[in-house]
Amino acid sequence: MDFTMSDERRMLADSLRRTIERQYGPEARAKADDTGSDPAVWAALAELGVLGALFTEEQGGFGGAGPDIATVFEELGRAAVAEPVTEALLAGGILADCGKSDAVEQLIAGDMHLCLAQTEPGNRYDLTTVSTQATESGGAWALTGHKSVVVNAPAANLIVVTARVAGDVGDRDGIGLFTVAANAKGLAMRPYPMIGGGRGAEVTLDATPAERIGPDDTAAPILERHVARAILAQCAEAVGMMDAIRDMTLDYLRTRKQFGRPIGSFQALQHRMADMAIEIEQARSAVLNLAGHVDEEPALRDRHASAAKQLIGRAARLVVEDSVQLHGGIGMTAEYGLGHLVRRLMAVDHRFGDTDHHLERFIALRIGAEAG
Amino acid sequence: MDLSYTPEERAFRDEVRAFLRDRLPKRLSDKVRLGRHLSKDDYLEWHARLREKGWLAPNWPKAHGGAELSAVQRHILDEEVTAAHAPRVVPFGLNMLGPVLMKFGSSEQQAHYLPRILNDDDWWCQGYSEPGAGSDLASVRTTAVREGDEYVVNGQKTWTTLGQHADWIFCLVRTDPQAEKPQQGISFLLIDMNTPGIEVRPIVLIDGSTEVNEVFFSDVRVPVENLVGEENKGWTYAKYLLTHERTGIAGVGFASAGLANLKRIAATEMSGGRPLSENPFFAARMAQVEIDLMAMATTNLRVVAQAEAGQAPGPESSMLKIKGTQIRQEINFLTRRAVGPYAMPFASELLEEGTNHEPIGPEYAAAAAPQYLNNRKLSIYGGSNEIQRGIITKTLLNL
Ligand SMILES: Cc1cc2nc3c(=O)[nH]c(=O)nc-3n(C[C@H](O)[C@H](O)[C@H](O)COP(=O)(O)OP(=O)(O)OC[C@H]3O[C@@H](n4cnc5c(N)ncnc54)[C@H](O)[C@@H]3O)c2cc1C
Repeated sequence: MDFTMSDERRMLADSLRRTIERQYGPEARAKADDTGSDPAVWAALAELGVLGALFTEEQGGFGGAGPDIATVFEELGRAAVAEPVTEALLAGGILADCGKSDAVEQLIAGDMHLCLAQTEPGNRYDLTTVSTQATESGGAWALTGHKSVVVNAPAANLIVVTARVAGDVGDRDGIGLFTVAANAKGLAMRPYPMIGGGRGAEVTLDATPAERIGPDDTAAPILERHVARAILAQCAEAVGMMDAIRDMTLDYLRTRKQFGRPIGSFQALQHRMADMAIEIEQARSAVLNLAGHVDEEPALRDRHASAAKQLIGRAARLVVEDSVQLHGGIGMTAEYGLGHLVRRLMAVDHRFGDTDHHLERFIALRIGAEAG
Repeated sequence: MDLSYTPEERAFRDEVRAFLRDRLPKRLSDKVRLGRHLSKDDYLEWHARLREKGWLAPNWPKAHGGAELSAVQRHILDEEVTAAHAPRVVPFGLNMLGPVLMKFGSSEQQAHYLPRILNDDDWWCQGYSEPGAGSDLASVRTTAVREGDEYVVNGQKTWTTLGQHADWIFCLVRTDPQAEKPQQGISFLLIDMNTPGIEVRPIVLIDGSTEVNEVFFSDVRVPVENLVGEENKGWTYAKYLLTHERTGIAGVGFASAGLANLKRIAATEMSGGRPLSENPFFAARMAQVEIDLMAMATTNLRVVAQAEAGQAPGPESSMLKIKGTQIRQEINFLTRRAVGPYAMPFASELLEEGTNHEPIGPEYAAAAAPQYLNNRKLSIYGGSNEIQRGIITKTLLNL
């Protein structure tokens, strides 16, 4: 057993933390809400190697393993950085697996923004329910459909899209992967800020020209692999956020006085904080479990992905609700530093599946594992 | 024992329902159901409808123009009105100040202010909390110093709900800084918001709403006749206000309306090829909260029956406050979860009053996350749930 971090990862984490502390604040966050990304912050992240750490050497990076992802995102979470790094990991990872090395290179250099258009109205968290249609004529593909809540779509130069090349809406087979240029014809967007920071959009495609990437049969396995990696990123980010929220709440309990003494001296509140601390350590362990299995065979990988996402969904709810409660009124205000952390942590439950979704999947995967 | 309403009570309920059918404008109930922000005029419009019917002040005695309804009738009215997604009645004048003036105000104050409250001539807000005085309300530091026929008020109030609309504020102010106990030096003062030296600044909450404010006082001159009761006895009046009129505290009507809304959403949202309401995991969560609500409705009626028999609600109202807010917050949580990925767009213009923006996803989605966030307040204000637990352990459990 060895739970220590490698020297390289420790160095990256330290420099990332210092940079964020120095550079990241309300202005950068406002920029991300307005445009999807603050160019100065994005350039700094690329410069530090944050984007490179998400990819393997063959892909042009210098990391790409589970612990690399966990290290980066835990630090990003601590300051609730609203830059689209998860999109870089997710859509960039898919492009890398499909041999699109030029785009990945640009991404790592900080010269590109990406997004994955997968969710549709009504498919909720189901990766293989795809109704956007892909049609081919004379070797050229065109896509028609509605993709919903596409995170980072407004800033993306290139959009990775899932669409159906064969079969029915719910079929696991017949899902294709495509890229669509941001200025492609027939592409329309309704952009908006996201509750956890950054920007998203409703994306409609109307006979929009697209390039097919990925395997000829079905893209489901690629999609599932990269969503598992994105879940790892999201869970690690959540742990970083929870650490920051716990520290803020503890500080507040030590300084806020009512009835002539610090409210942290009331045992009822002390016990709440003890419970919160326990759940955060559980969450940290769930992330370690997933980080250690994210490159394993799919059934094992996804069991850990669902376990982590399920546990962190529960822990996040507790941390969101109790941190606000223990702060009292001040915890409800937008201006105080807790607000954006709480909103971003809350949003974790609305992407890549909520706790119920993953509880159900965990049970199904377990039954599958025992039967096999 | 009989759990059902008497024929008279049922007849009253039918009357309330008919009134709501005829007189609650759909424009208003749609806004409430969709979680949109209400304007001052929206509140006033609904007040006017209730006033016409004589139900704006159901708890006031007839002598003061109220409806003097029984506790059970009040409960029925409350429940039906909220379940129909009517705007809430703004409580500051009608439910808070009104009863205090009736009990402790001078006859001149009663004759002047009560009809104006009933008529919506004045919009009142509540100036209790301060940055340093939340749960420990008796530590208020805003001072009122007597100079001739006036008090000179200096200090700051905060979290003042809908203070941006207010013409008047009732305040707890410190008139005797030397008093032995902090509770002893407090007075209850009525202050015209148009007096020079008052500044109102909005506070933006985490859901993007601006319903609370900071109110600053610098050398604000208030005529002494605006003092309620005796100087330095304000704490007694404040406590009376806090314990009075607590039957609605459980929020059964709000919970029922919220649950009905949740069920509609869950029946519409699809999950794994079937409605979310048929997903066993989600169905179990909805059933759980419904079971809790059914029991709480009866707990609430037990307290209402006591009140009807003339007993003042004691620590029971603390129980209702805690359980009621837990249930409402759970419903808010489930509603947020039910809308799935559409909880993530954060387009506050969709919640603005009078919005005509195209919705993002289903129309009901826009308010789900903001309302979840906003209603975290339920367990913080009106005596936080921790404070209520303290009351239960001390006065009910004798620990
Ligand atoms: C949306 C909103 C609207 C409001 N509207 C109004 C209004 O119109 N007018 C008005 O006057 N006020 C209003 N309030 C203020 C409200 O009453 C206070 O927020 C409340 O009293 C709590 O005070 P606080 O926020 O200072 O928290 P604090 O009192 O600082 O409490 C912080 C935490 O400590 C806990 N705590 C405190 N004391 C103890 C104890 N002895 N034992 C255990 N735990 C304890 C609390 O429960 C809480 O969890 C509003 C508040 C909100 C959030």
